[in-house]
Amino acid sequence: MTPPSAVETASPGAQTAMVVNDFTILVATVNGTGSQTSNNTLIRTIMGMGVPVAGRNIFPSNIYGLPTWYAIRVCQDGWSGRQRKANVLIAMNLATAHDDVAKAAAGAAVIYDQPMGLDTLRKDLVYYPVPFAKLVKEACPDKPALWKLVTNMVYVGVAAQLLGLDMTSVEAALAKAFGSKPKALSVNQAAVRVGAKWAAENLKKRDPYRVEPRNLTSGKILIDGNSASALGALMAGCTVLTWYPITPSSSLAESLQDYFTKYRRTASGEQRYAVVQAEDELAAVGMAIGAGWAGARSMTTTSGPGISLMSEFIGLAYYAEIPVVIIDVQRVGPSTGLPTRTMQGDLLFTAYNSHGDTKHPLLFPTSAQEAYEMTMVAFDIAERFQTPTFLMLDLELGMNNWLCDPFPYPVGDIDRGKVLTKADIERLGANGWGRYKDVDGDGIPYRTLPGTEIDGAAYFTRGTGHDEQARYTEDSAAYKRNLDRLLKKWETLRNAVPGPVLSPAKSPTRVGLVALGTTHWPIEEARATLRGKGVEFDYMRLRAFPFADAVRDFFASHDRVYVIEENRDGQMAAMLRIEIPETSDKIKSVLHYDGLPLDAETVVEEILAHETR
Amino acid sequence: MTTSIPVPSGASSAPKVNNLGLAKKDYDGVASTLCNGCGHDAITAALIQALWEDGMNPYKVAKMSGIGCSSKTTAYFLSKAWGFNAVHGRMPSVATGALLANRTLIGVGVSGDGDTASIGIGQFVHAVRRNVPLTYVVENNGVYGLTKGQFSATSEKGAKSKYGDVNPSEGIDLCSLALELGATFVARSFSADKKQLVPLLKAALKHRGIAIVDVISPCVTFNNHPDSTKSYDWGREHEKQIHEIGYVNPWDPQDVDYPAGERIEVAMPDGGRILVRKIDRDYDPRDRRAADRLLADAREKGEFLTGLFYVSADTPNLLDMLSLPETPLAYLQQADLRPGREALDEVMESFR
Repeated sequence: MTPPSAVETASPGAQTAMVVNDFTILVATVNGTGSQTSNNTLIRTIMGMGVPVAGRNIFPSNIYGLPTWYAIRVCQDGWSGRQRKANVLIAMNLATAHDDVAKAAAGAAVIYDQPMGLDTLRKDLVYYPVPFAKLVKEACPDKPALWKLVTNMVYVGVAAQLLGLDMTSVEAALAKAFGSKPKALSVNQAAVRVGAKWAAENLKKRDPYRVEPRNLTSGKILIDGNSASALGALMAGCTVLTWYPITPSSSLAESLQDYFTKYRRTASGEQRYAVVQAEDELAAVGMAIGAGWAGARSMTTTSGPGISLMSEFIGLAYYAEIPVVIIDVQRVGPSTGLPTRTMQGDLLFTAYNSHGDTKHPLLFPTSAQEAYEMTMVAFDIAERFQTPTFLMLDLELGMNNWLCDPFPYPVGDIDRGKVLTKADIERLGANGWGRYKDVDGDGIPYRTLPGTEIDGAAYFTRGTGHDEQARYTEDSAAYKRNLDRLLKKWETLRNAVPGPVLSPAKSPTRVGLVALGTTHWPIEEARATLRGKGVEFDYMRLRAFPFADAVRDFFASHDRVYVIEENRDGQMAAMLRIEIPETSDKIKSVLHYDGLPLDAETVVEEILAHETR
Repeated sequence: MTTSIPVPSGASSAPKVNNLGLAKKDYDGVASTLCNGCGHDAITAALIQALWEDGMNPYKVAKMSGIGCSSKTTAYFLSKAWGFNAVHGRMPSVATGALLANRTLIGVGVSGDGDTASIGIGQFVHAVRRNVPLTYVVENNGVYGLTKGQFSATSEKGAKSKYGDVNPSEGIDLCSLALELGATFVARSFSADKKQLVPLLKAALKHRGIAIVDVISPCVTFNNHPDSTKSYDWGREHEKQIHEIGYVNPWDPQDVDYPAGERIEVAMPDGGRILVRKIDRDYDPRDRRAADRLLADAREKGEFLTGLFYVSADTPNLLDMLSLPETPLAYLQQADLRPGREALDEVMESFR
């Protein structure tokens, strides 16, 4: 990607240089007032005009009455990371309006509810007071009950007029939102039109922000990571989903349930799936483990607090070698933390989760498409390696809307791993196999599924010490043999998980950047900015734990490596130091942990501060 | 526990093989490592008898347990079957998952009073609510054996430990609780009462929902002292059977006649029948309100009642409600599970 070209030449007749297709709109509302539909209409309208967008919800852990924000990044160069400051502020919430204005970028346009009287707060902004109360009555005079909801659609109309949004595209977005509800559609259409008409007649454009049609979103989709991951689970052949509601993972389970209902129910009403909403996360993972043990592709979805509760079971699944996929949509901890904010805060805790010597594969998707694909990979790894496998989403990826290409249909077949059938046992003889025996030298044993009707197939699963035949033992040598085999399995896994993605500078550099997950986007944007300043770095994006050999190689070929992550303690840096001790002296942590997604500016500042010291 | 119901369940002329052609030893497990005389071993023996007489397919049995002395016993029967000794108090969830994955498995859960009534009470409660098709045996001795004699939550208030401590808290009656939660099969027995326990277990194994069988099972090492209310002596002196019980499988020879009006028959889905004969009270185990009253009275009077308190043979279970296919989910193939390209296209279109 090329660096963003923020300012284009002024269009004919304009007073100031226009900023076209490169700014952030921030809508500040009260949660529970239905602003989500309005914001979706805005983002889809811009997408419909062929201009790349990214939508970010910054919302409270609350149902009604608290402040909520929706940030739409409009960027024709395709950068999707969060920007610190808003260029267009739609201030609809008096409770935060003063603060929202204070934080807006210099020169920002402020569309606000007239009675708030914000226009005296700062002199460097362009103000557009709007009489929403009057306009909404005009839009639906006979339905006062709807005024609160419909007010939000009036701001869509005002913004559409000021930003130059294409009304056909607005209509299409509205049709998508209300297609099946003609009455709601007409009320909302009226509200948008009233807002746009009023703005056309009463507001003089004095800010530089403008959307102009491009052809950059053709064929693309706008999807949240949770839906993408759910779709991956559907395609992966997941049949058992057991879960407990927790923000920000609930929508993943709910999406998967929707897909199941739609695509796994036969004409005769037979359901090729089972979903159970468990009583808590312990039961959720317990059920998933029971199902994995019995041979189904099973999963659970959760967030950090749920992982804490699941820890004992995770150790059991590791030690007894039971496949299960656990999706952690990370939020801000510790404890209940900030349930609706984002963080890469569960890395260390999931990697070595549970008591005793344990380690688990983690996958780090960076995009919606990777969330889709890596969910499928997670199921293959879980069954191939017979071990709990974590997909590490975060709120930023899971609950926000990402513009991307449509997902490809899966290539190749799913891998059910080493399962011995009745015929295999017949061939091997009842004593010819051992549940925890390393036959192939890769540390991965064979298993049978309960219900296989032949003598010698059954074995006993336990979290207590066991020998190669799955018999109870407290024998030191047998215990150690088993633990060492598990380590061998881990070594096999190391190069079976997705390797890192290397993005070298034009010529090799001695300083490198390392990151994972959603911080990739602001980092790429920051690299482009730095490149503009003549500073370049090699960059490695981690996609999984354990670390493939290529990760070690990257450190070996660099003197100094910035490990950029969203937590206070440098959790990924710690994992790198544990697993690859020679990285210790080379690592410099860049840490971002205020609950908001990392932004490119911060990356640029941090790196330059270190490098020019 | 004086009279026994004369049902031909192997009691009179034991056949050498069951209806599957399997000998009783085919239902054996590895040798027990529990204390000599442990009540749990008697329950294991009763389970072996019941599984064999019921003609349960050994390969299809999933032996599920948690942690504790009781939970070890799943290794002591049916070595042909898969066993899963999970984490403490969480047997029900693992069993639920296994049954979701493979609906043809026969769920047999063995737990203890600590495993169920303390650490695992949440999972017990929800497995009952969901009517998971699981025979759920609680080997109830009122103490923690493996950690050496602490009170468990089923110990009555005021119960005295071997060391003279007095239990300060109310005891939990798992049968009352199960009833309250809508359990579809609730029974209590005594590990020393094999004549009652075997037919109860046989009926439980054929029940298509959750079958709670709370078995008072003395701990010879930590709770068999004179002050104990879970000792052999106390149990033998106080056990009061509410009825005689038998279980007749469809292939068993016709049972003997009982005078009309003295017998209640409960038909089970596979054609088997639970036979209940009056001893000294009129009691219909299909009457939930009667069960509530019976257990409330017993609790007030401190009675040790045993028998089948409640059964509802035709309530749909968790798996029925999920409309699962004939083929277990575990055995469905990629072709059965991965939707075609047009489905993906349709989903993609919805995000445009």
